[in-house]
Amino acid sequence: MEKMVPVPSRGIIPERDVNSSPILEVSHLGITFGGLVAVDDFNIVIGKTEIAGLIGPNGAGKTTVFNLLTKVYQQTKGAILLDGLDTKGMNTVQVNQTGIARTFQNIRLFSSLSVEDNVKIGLHNQYKYDTLSGILRLPNYWKAEKQSKEKARELLSIFNMEHMAKYKAGSLPYGAQRRLEIVRALATNPKLLLLDEPAAGMNPRETEELMENIRKIRDTFQIAVLLIEHDMSLVMGICEGIAVLNYGKIIAKGTPEEIQSNPEVIEAYLGKQKED
Amino acid sequence: MKKVKKLRKSTRSSLITYGLVILFFVIVQVMMITGNLSSSLRGQLVPIAAYIVMAVSLNLTVGILGELSLGHAGFMSIGAFAGVIVSTSLENQIANAPLRLAVSMLVGGILAAVVGVIVGVPALRLRGDYLAIVTLAFGEIIKNVINILYVGYDSSGLSLSLKSANALGLEEGGKVVLNGPMGAVGISRISTVTAGFVLIIVTLFIVLNLMHSRSGRAIMAVRDNRIAAESVGISITKYKLMAFVISAALAGLAGSLYALNFSTVVAKKFDFNTSILVLVFVVLGGIGNIRGSIIAAAVLTVLPELLRQFNDYRMLLYAIILILVMIATNNEKIKNLINRVTLMLDLKTKNDPKKGGAA
Repeated sequence: MEKMVPVPSRGIIPERDVNSSPILEVSHLGITFGGLVAVDDFNIVIGKTEIAGLIGPNGAGKTTVFNLLTKVYQQTKGAILLDGLDTKGMNTVQVNQTGIARTFQNIRLFSSLSVEDNVKIGLHNQYKYDTLSGILRLPNYWKAEKQSKEKARELLSIFNMEHMAKYKAGSLPYGAQRRLEIVRALATNPKLLLLDEPAAGMNPRETEELMENIRKIRDTFQIAVLLIEHDMSLVMGICEGIAVLNYGKIIAKGTPEEIQSNPEVIEAYLGKQKED
Repeated sequence: MKKVKKLRKSTRSSLITYGLVILFFVIVQVMMITGNLSSSLRGQLVPIAAYIVMAVSLNLTVGILGELSLGHAGFMSIGAFAGVIVSTSLENQIANAPLRLAVSMLVGGILAAVVGVIVGVPALRLRGDYLAIVTLAFGEIIKNVINILYVGYDSSGLSLSLKSANALGLEEGGKVVLNGPMGAVGISRISTVTAGFVLIIVTLFIVLNLMHSRSGRAIMAVRDNRIAAESVGISITKYKLMAFVISAALAGLAGSLYALNFSTVVAKKFDFNTSILVLVFVVLGGIGNIRGSIIAAAVLTVLPELLRQFNDYRMLLYAIILILVMIATNNEKIKNLINRVTLMLDLKTKNDPKKGGAA
């Protein structure tokens, strides 16, 4: 496989302008629950093949941003442009078909089904046939089932999980469940992959592997990745651009180096230094 | 032999289920021919078939879709009375009884499906207990509507009234098909054991093939995790409704088969108790377990008949047996034992190349 060295297009930092158009442009995004402003004036631009990070202290509104992007919540303010298309008024299903796939902070697998079936469900809109053909087992049933099985195995091989295909998803170890969620999201053929704390509960070795795999996914599928993560070694190790969220507002954007030395970020995480 | 070994586990399991039904049918046929079947048991055969289809179809809603429905008898009722009306009105047009039965059942099934859509669209927005209560209410409404419905048939066709049989204004020689609370009377009994067997096989074919198809996986995805299902592009409303309507249609077919086995059928037969009875079959057979539903429906329908010698204590014993089975099947130790035995059998067939996977 040819290793691509992707050039982050315009990137999370708008100043880093490269000719290709971005995959995601979010402007002035905001949502209020009753009187609570969960996310306010959220602006972000993500390049076509960029790996971007969204970090911030607990309760900063990171997952809410994901829920807004995937239309679990409808924004009260602002606009989300996915590949130039406004997602306003779309529902979760339509947003997924337009190109956003995600994983969840608290793993959400189809736990009573097999690993392979979980991936096949992700392929639901890729290999289609109608219900009647399925019941009557018409030729298009066999064809699509064969294709989706092959594709499922191929996707599982990214994480070397083919041998687990027949296992029940709920019986997998924690790390494998997280990986399966990523595979399932990839199966929907997204342009932008949202990962909500992919390294949570993983040991350092697993995290290291995960970093390599996220890069591999980006290179192979040529997609953008936006991830929420608390593991700073992962965030600083693979993200090309990072946005820091605190109290629903972006307080800093930049490269890993810039973020690490940003006093506001340090303050958000560690508190203000006492002046003497 | 080699081919059998290659089969997927799910396919093998389906084949065992079909095999089980076919085996029972053959045994029953042989017993009927040799005269070893008591007449009371013989009369139970069509109801058993109907209840098996009811249990399998309810399992589609409860086990596969994961939504509790307490109004399944309502769909059976619609199928039953639609079937009776169609069968009576076509008595002269279609002389061939099996064909008339097939047409009646088909109409019963389609009508139940239509009502399934009407009930399902608003009701499936609810979940869990709330959906259960709405379906319960639906079952009661259907029962009460049919209770005040008068349908007559004469040379000018079908006529309908909500007042009385006289209000139908039937011509000389006209027939009252549905007589309000008296129910449908004078039904020509055209249901047969073979028809019941065919219906079970068709039901299994539909439900098992659905389960192992794209739509079936989508239905189970909705059951396992709605939010995740939506996130991978599965329309929850579509697949919930699909499962619910197929389930309703099959119940309608079962209702027609059931009603056309008796000369009289009243709406009260398909009340809340029947819905619960079918739910008991599903729960006892194992939620989501199709083969279990078949066995539970068959055994529990025959059981009161087998306990007849205990006279007054019959239903008491029935209840006690039910409780004991529930306790036994939910006992961890017994569960583990069963798991160990099946695992051992599995390993044995795997390690023994001669036996292959045919077991």
